[in-house]
Amino acid sequence: MNSKASPIEKIQREVVVIGGGPAGLAAAIAAREAGCKEVLLVERDRILGGILNQCIHDGFGLHAFKEALSGPEYADRYIRRLPGAGVEVMDNTIVLSLSSDRVLEVSARGALRHVEAGAVILAMGCRERTRGAISIPGHRPAGVYTAGAAQNLINLENIMVGRRACILGSGDIGLIMARRLTLEGARVEAVFEILPYSSGLPRNIQQCLNDYNIPLFLNTTVTDIIGKGRLEAIRVAQVDGDRVPIPETERLVPCDTLLLSVGLIPENELTVQAGVAMDPVTGGALVDDTFMTGVPGIFACGNVLHVHDLADWVSVEAEEAGRFAAAYVQERREEPRRRTPVRAGEGVRYVLPQTISGERDFILSLRVTAPWRDRTVVIRDGGGREIRRKKMMRLHPAEMIRIPVKKGAGADGSPLEVSVE
Amino acid sequence: MKHSYEVLIIGGGVVGCAIARELSRYRVRAALLEKEADVGMGASCRNSGVLHCGFKYAQGTLRAILDVRGNAMMDDLCRDLKVKMKRIGKLTVALDEEDEPMLDHLKEQGDANGVPGLEVIDRDRMQRIQAGVEGYRALYSPTSAIVSPYNLTIALAENALANGVDFHLGQKVAAITRQEPRWEVRTAAGDTFTADVLVNASGLFAADVCRMVGIREYEIYPCRGEYYVLDRRLDGTLTALVYPAPKKNAPGWGTHLTPTVDGNILIGPTAEYLDDPEDFACTSDVMARLRRECQRLLPSIRQSDYIRNFAGTRAKQTPPEVGGNKDFVIEDRKDLKGFVNLVGIESPGLTSSPAIAEMVVGMVKNHLALLPDPAFNPVRPGSLDFFWELPPEEKAERIAEDPDYGEIICRCEKITKREVIDAIRNPLGARTMVSLKYRARASMGRCQGGFCIPRIVRLLRDEFGWDPEDFLKRGADSPMFVGNMRPDKGGQAHEL
Ligand SMILES: Cc1cc2nc3c(=O)[nH]c(=O)nc-3n(C[C@H](O)[C@H](O)[C@H](O)COP(=O)(O)OP(=O)(O)OC[C@H]3O[C@@H](n4cnc5c(N)ncnc54)[C@H](O)[C@@H]3O)c2cc1C
Ligand SMILES: Cc1cc2nc3c(=O)[nH]c(=O)nc-3n(C[C@H](O)[C@H](O)[C@H](O)COP(=O)(O)OP(=O)(O)OC[C@H]3O[C@@H](n4cnc5c(N)ncnc54)[C@H](O)[C@@H]3O)c2cc1C
Repeated sequence: MNSKASPIEKIQREVVVIGGGPAGLAAAIAAREAGCKEVLLVERDRILGGILNQCIHDGFGLHAFKEALSGPEYADRYIRRLPGAGVEVMDNTIVLSLSSDRVLEVSARGALRHVEAGAVILAMGCRERTRGAISIPGHRPAGVYTAGAAQNLINLENIMVGRRACILGSGDIGLIMARRLTLEGARVEAVFEILPYSSGLPRNIQQCLNDYNIPLFLNTTVTDIIGKGRLEAIRVAQVDGDRVPIPETERLVPCDTLLLSVGLIPENELTVQAGVAMDPVTGGALVDDTFMTGVPGIFACGNVLHVHDLADWVSVEAEEAGRFAAAYVQERREEPRRRTPVRAGEGVRYVLPQTISGERDFILSLRVTAPWRDRTVVIRDGGGREIRRKKMMRLHPAEMIRIPVKKGAGADGSPLEVSVE
Repeated sequence: MKHSYEVLIIGGGVVGCAIARELSRYRVRAALLEKEADVGMGASCRNSGVLHCGFKYAQGTLRAILDVRGNAMMDDLCRDLKVKMKRIGKLTVALDEEDEPMLDHLKEQGDANGVPGLEVIDRDRMQRIQAGVEGYRALYSPTSAIVSPYNLTIALAENALANGVDFHLGQKVAAITRQEPRWEVRTAAGDTFTADVLVNASGLFAADVCRMVGIREYEIYPCRGEYYVLDRRLDGTLTALVYPAPKKNAPGWGTHLTPTVDGNILIGPTAEYLDDPEDFACTSDVMARLRRECQRLLPSIRQSDYIRNFAGTRAKQTPPEVGGNKDFVIEDRKDLKGFVNLVGIESPGLTSSPAIAEMVVGMVKNHLALLPDPAFNPVRPGSLDFFWELPPEEKAERIAEDPDYGEIICRCEKITKREVIDAIRNPLGARTMVSLKYRARASMGRCQGGFCIPRIVRLLRDEFGWDPEDFLKRGADSPMFVGNMRPDKGGQAHEL
């Protein structure tokens, strides 16, 4: 045996939050305010705030603070509360691994630590889908970036990525970048979207495209990337009902930059490593009505759980998760309680939480599969009995729908189903 | 600028770099000219990375002899050069009885070629070597292996450099003239190099270089192979190489799955003849076919497992209507004294490279008296493993000594700041983003640089003083950025 002390520092904390974006910030504060003494927030970046730091546009906080804030301002509302709340922060620190018994391997400049946690809150956010994942044919020149990476370079690193851009995908980041590039003097030729509708928020279509006369082409995709060194042009074509490009419609669009805004993928490497069961539709963990995953003591919230359109809802969800994680540590609650499944029915892409106990009120989050007007979201129990209905003027896949449900629903253990009627 | 050498190698692929490294055992003034901004940017970074065992090539051919020899040299070579290589073995599978004579033939040929350990095995053993593989019988070749082809190329070059060979990157040979008794080489950049012996290792451009000295008998027919790279999530799925038994006159091995030493899986290569040897585009039809094929071979595949595409081009000597392969040409030209010529080094050129190098240096000895250099050091400094692969205790110790090991720059591949810095300070002086990725693996994972490129930019700007214009993807013609947004220096945003 080696007599030398292990160089790995071992520490214990009641609650460890992984990720210091809006989800992690709100969860950590809530866990501390719920009475947990030791709440550790681990963030791999040198600054807290997560993706919000590069979102210098406004539009954050309309629900939470009834004000239009920029991303950094919104994050700052929470960051400022950390010292008062007594949350311990390790920034510049990355969680490298997580085990099902809640031991984290944590790396920072100068130290590798093992942290034993009473409860873990996953708040790692998401990453962008790449060119490879959507298989765009063609060359692989410089000038093709994911929209978020370009946003980071422009807003945080003072680096201009190109002069003449096209954007593939009408996700919010792409829309916001169309405006940003235009304001910085670049020419944005167009936004192309393969779906028959935009996947961004309507307000972003208006404020980022229409206001700047940037055309949005629906049912259109990029079929070729041209240029061996730097991007020279792309080819685009309309697609048919099966999303297959129609050759006759193909045309060349000269540009030196292509930004991809083609979807976000919850960053769940640690989650999977810890043995947490996943939802193939959300790309996040399966959770119950306390935001606990299938592994006791591991909770999830924010974009790592399901991709949110508004940071405000991330904060709300994360506060809940923080409180439940605190309760878990304080009460050492026994497992399992009742787990009534909640299922996505007709017109619903996913629902969250995926199981409920029936013991408490909860917010049902869901997304629909297509845009509609004047429909009703209906929740029924196993016997087909209606539990709750919400009439909506506008339903859109880009917008998350949140419906409060009273306790008692699903208390008999028969599965609930949510559908659009 | 005018430079004078005894030996000049044209082309910095795995073959040229292996020759450079072999030459560096001797006291000789040698240099390598490479047109790209780094070595290994041609076929040598664009292949399956398989060390073939050598049963497929007709007895007595250079391909048979050099492949078997090259394969056998790899253990020592990869150990000395700190290159990852795994002898995972290969199953060449007969799907039905009809394929069986092919296995017997291959075994016989392999035995005659001196391939060690070949066995025709039954389905049971086959499935113990690779779970789930279907088929009737298989030829098992235990010496088949996988290697990182770009790491091998870079390591050969770095070791050659350390032992005294000069590398001139970004030097495209444009014209060659005879200045009896020497050669004079002019490059597109306007520099002149003279040498006693010239080695043509220019891969896809071998016939062009031949024409520069008046050799007209060779033609290269570029044949592109496309690949998908699959996510490391599937690491461990493949415990051996599995190939279908070959069909006659097929231009390659056919599409198959190949694990890489870094834990990814490649699907490919396809085969398509083209005019442009450097058209590395991937095409929608081929990509769709590869995805279908992948679905069949790996039913558990998900859309998100496809992380990237690439393509490489084979330097074929036969036109599409002929198909098949011709043997390597490796000749010490009698008509052109001091011109050592390599043509048609397609597969198994990677495997054969160290043996080709020995053979070429033998030819160089016909012209120059080469004396061994007692100072030759075959060992390349550095570590075989990436930091993340080390045991936790060792990681902790290294972080305590050097904090840059504690900071992760590339989250998908868990590459540390120290490793990125080491890569950017590489001895060859290659400075492109592709150079960096081939050395440090940063940006090669599932997010393809979405996370780490901004961090690498910040690091190179703040600690190495790079301007936006200094960031090139693979060379001068592939600038990443157009400049600063504002004249004031970036980086201040963080201190807000
Ligand atoms: C580009 C963009 C633009 C947007 N625009 C708007 C808008 O205009 N209005 C609006 O309301 N909403 C907007 N949103 C949505 C909203 O900002 C997000 O939903 C919200 O930021 C998600 O918060 P989060 O905390 O879950 O994730 P993030 O903000 O992504 O934070 C995750 C944090 O976890 C850290 N982390 C991850 N893994 C580890 C690890 N292993 N160890 C340590 N730390 C780790 C990350 O560094 C990061 O700081 C936008 C989102 C994006 C991506
Ligand atoms: C799809 C594919 C799969 C393969 N799979 C395998 C495999 O699994 N196993 C195996 O053993 N082999 C394989 N091969 C073969 C192997 O990759 C090649 O044989 C090997 O890389 C050839 O090396 P090279 O140095 O001759 O050529 P290259 O790597 O092409 O190097 C030639 C170099 O010369 C440079 N050059 C050209 N012209 C000039 C000039 N005028 N001036 C200066 N520099 C010049 C080029 O830029 C290039 O860097 C495969 C090949 C392909 C295409």
